[in-house]
Amino acid sequence: MSPHFEHITGRYLQLNLLGKPHRLYVEEAGHGIPLLCLHTAGADTRQYRGLMNDERVTATYRVIAFDMPWHGKSSPPAGWQEQEYQLTAPDYVQVILDVAAALELDRPVVMGCSIGGRIVLHLAYQHPTRFRALIGLESAPYAEAYYDLSWLNRPDVHGGMVCAGVISGLVSPTAPEHGRWETLWHYMQSGPGVFKGDLYFYTTADGDIRDKLGQIDVKQCPLFLLTGEYDYSCTVEAMLGVAERTGAPATVMQGLGHFPMSEDPEKFVGYLLPVLEKIRAL
Amino acid sequence: MIDRIAGLVNADARLVHRGRFVDTTFMIVIDDDYTMLRVQQGRVTKVTPGPFITPDYSFRLRASRDVWEKFWQPLPPRGFTDVFALVKTKLMQIEGDLHPFMANLFYFKDVLAAPRKNAATEQAAR
Repeated sequence: MSPHFEHITGRYLQLNLLGKPHRLYVEEAGHGIPLLCLHTAGADTRQYRGLMNDERVTATYRVIAFDMPWHGKSSPPAGWQEQEYQLTAPDYVQVILDVAAALELDRPVVMGCSIGGRIVLHLAYQHPTRFRALIGLESAPYAEAYYDLSWLNRPDVHGGMVCAGVISGLVSPTAPEHGRWETLWHYMQSGPGVFKGDLYFYTTADGDIRDKLGQIDVKQCPLFLLTGEYDYSCTVEAMLGVAERTGAPATVMQGLGHFPMSEDPEKFVGYLLPVLEKIRAL
Repeated sequence: MIDRIAGLVNADARLVHRGRFVDTTFMIVIDDDYTMLRVQQGRVTKVTPGPFITPDYSFRLRASRDVWEKFWQPLPPRGFTDVFALVKTKLMQIEGDLHPFMANLFYFKDVLAAPRKNAATEQAAR
């Protein structure tokens, strides 16, 4: 009997990012319009596994996801032990542009969730001509920290358990158990301080894009917004606020939370397919 | 609800195992009703209703009765599904020495949500 491999392939991409050599882990599946997917803070490409294994998506889209530096199988750059990881908006934008260029993607669609959902708003504002369309999952223009983030990285608290423990409530209470716990496992495996470092972008003025929303031109680059009803970090109300300011169509995903693509891929793809169909028709 | 937490937690072997290193006393505050819960090796060994003169506890969670009742529904309404959701909207305060709470977050979240199971069973029986 031949081995049963999934259609996802994973490879390491060598490139310079932010002035340093990196070895970035990239996964992809499918053929067609490039769809570059951005994982959430403190997580990795595995969140998009369900999407990459769904033929309804991969029949017409080349789905690509990469582990951000420091995340998943993308190791931090040499010398990482001498610094504290901190994601900033300019660095995040640059990484996405450089990865898209290194992969020779022609005006890809970029879809990001949470911090990824935030950065697509920055891409929409700064680089609207470089993308075919943008999809913001759990997109909020700003989020205030509601607990002391120093708990996420200190020697006397297990980092994986506290990171997963903090975000566990963001998964929909109606999500299938398997999806819920796989999502949490990803968080349990994150490197020390990585989730906290990502939240610098997410919770400070660095990533705050509230005052730029009115300047996003969705005619230049169509923007689509989808948010899970149970997400209390990037709330439905926050998404509707972005929709009102930008004119982007917004969908509330019933029965989903902050990690729609990994907590319940089947339900999520049901919401995503009409959006992908609209993008194909552009 | 609060009086049922000990029985529900202690009957859940997996949850007790998760809390096997927990040794603390914490407090649940519902309006002006104070209750202290002693936890030893993952088991809730003592539940003491207030009022107290000089309560000795590590941390406490404080919210109105209406908030706790929504939180304890089998499927809570949006915004009431998790203690952090309530902290974010300032409907709940978590105060004191948070180390035992944060270091055992999965454990305490399930301890606090334990009455949901009971509510679900009661709802099914009706």
